[in-house]
Amino acid sequence: MSERLLPAWSLPASAVETIGLASSWPDRVTRDWALGGATGEGVDVCVLDSGVEPSHPLVGELASAVAVVFDESGETRAVPDETGDVCGHGTACAGIVRSLAPACRIHSVRVLGSGATGTGELILAGLRHAIEAGHRVVNLSLSTTKRRFAELLHDLADDAYFRRTVLVASAHNMPVESYPWRFSSVVSVGSHEQDDPLAWYVNPEPPVEFFARGVDLDVAWIGGGTMRCTGNSFAAPHIAAIAALVLSKHPELTPFQLKSVLSLTATNTREAE
Amino acid sequence: MSAEDPGHDSEALHRALLQSVVEVARAIFAAKGASVFLFDEETDELVFEAVAGPDEQTLVGSRFPSSTGIAGWVLVTRQPLVVDDLASDPRFARQAAEATGYVPNALVAVPLLADERALGVLEVLDRPAGRPFSLDDMNLLTQFAHQAAIGLDLLRSARRQRAAAAGEGEGAVIARLGTLLERADDNGATLRLLEALERVLARRS
Repeated sequence: MSERLLPAWSLPASAVETIGLASSWPDRVTRDWALGGATGEGVDVCVLDSGVEPSHPLVGELASAVAVVFDESGETRAVPDETGDVCGHGTACAGIVRSLAPACRIHSVRVLGSGATGTGELILAGLRHAIEAGHRVVNLSLSTTKRRFAELLHDLADDAYFRRTVLVASAHNMPVESYPWRFSSVVSVGSHEQDDPLAWYVNPEPPVEFFARGVDLDVAWIGGGTMRCTGNSFAAPHIAAIAALVLSKHPELTPFQLKSVLSLTATNTREAE
Repeated sequence: MSAEDPGHDSEALHRALLQSVVEVARAIFAAKGASVFLFDEETDELVFEAVAGPDEQTLVGSRFPSSTGIAGWVLVTRQPLVVDDLASDPRFARQAAEATGYVPNALVAVPLLADERALGVLEVLDRPAGRPFSLDDMNLLTQFAHQAAIGLDLLRSARRQRAAAAGEGEGAVIARLGTLLERADDNGATLRLLEALERVLARRS
């Protein structure tokens, strides 16, 4: 980001010259411009999930790992995670991110394992931790149906959006409304059935905004091995990793601009060219 | 059915409904088994409520942690999940073998959602070899799970009603009165009596 003091709430005529884009955009945004040669280097990606198995061969070293738990007084706290993954899913997401953005820094925030009761609070606290830590991308392959958390989650999602943290959330087709994937400040992802990890589609009919690989994929799992899995929860980390690639090449992009780049470089957008 | 114990009747009916749900889920997917887990909020555990397939009756009542493992992840995150090659997950295989004696190779798990609450998880285990679960399968099971969730919600309501009526204190008396009133066949005499009582109490308060 620029060191210049940019206008925040209004744009006086004298300030017009100060708000040029930090880098110039090409006439046509291509994948090569967006992520060609990118490795995710320098980008912090947070996997907010069931934890990540330390030193899994498909994940490698984690930049950090915390667990969000309730302390004796019932308050949520982020503590160093000594447990790892209590399911396998978080390791799977981290492995997908690593496979596409090999040089990014992966952080694990575990919000599962302390019982299902109170998980809404743990998800909120975990997300707050990830945003305050300044991670550029947060993968949220989870959702809550509790309406009392929706407003708080919405505020947090907006906070992330304005602090340049991209939240990538898996969408789903359930008979009950769930969050945060429905918020327009997050990038929501459903699955397609192709096996190309770099094929992604922009949806002309939101609320689901993008489709990425989510069917029949071999993912990292606990025990150092792999598992064959299907679900939108595996599509989200594909987009999270692609976001990390774009941000490693264009760190100045805001979440709004990043979403535009994802849309302009989507497989169906390119096919229409 | 016992006319003396309406709570027991509804419990039996809803158990039969849930058993039907797992049988149909198994049949739709030509699977080896299907299970419904109920989330017990008091103990923060998942409980096998209905099972179709191998060892079906020995499993009912088994309990598991509510936020670990695959069913726990689905319950907490509200996300459907398909997992193959389960036997290769040492932790899952050991827990499943200890709990049930049966280690499935593949499962699809979807949350059972009623309004904003997650009541439990529906799992379908082991489709015939070479037929992985597709996105369409998952969407179908998700829709079917909604039906199971309604069944599960009714079961929980019946249990709460039964527990309330069996207890002591004003709440239990009112619950029992409500049950009696539903069954009363006296041309509204009982209702008029209760309305008179309501007026007396309103004047006193």
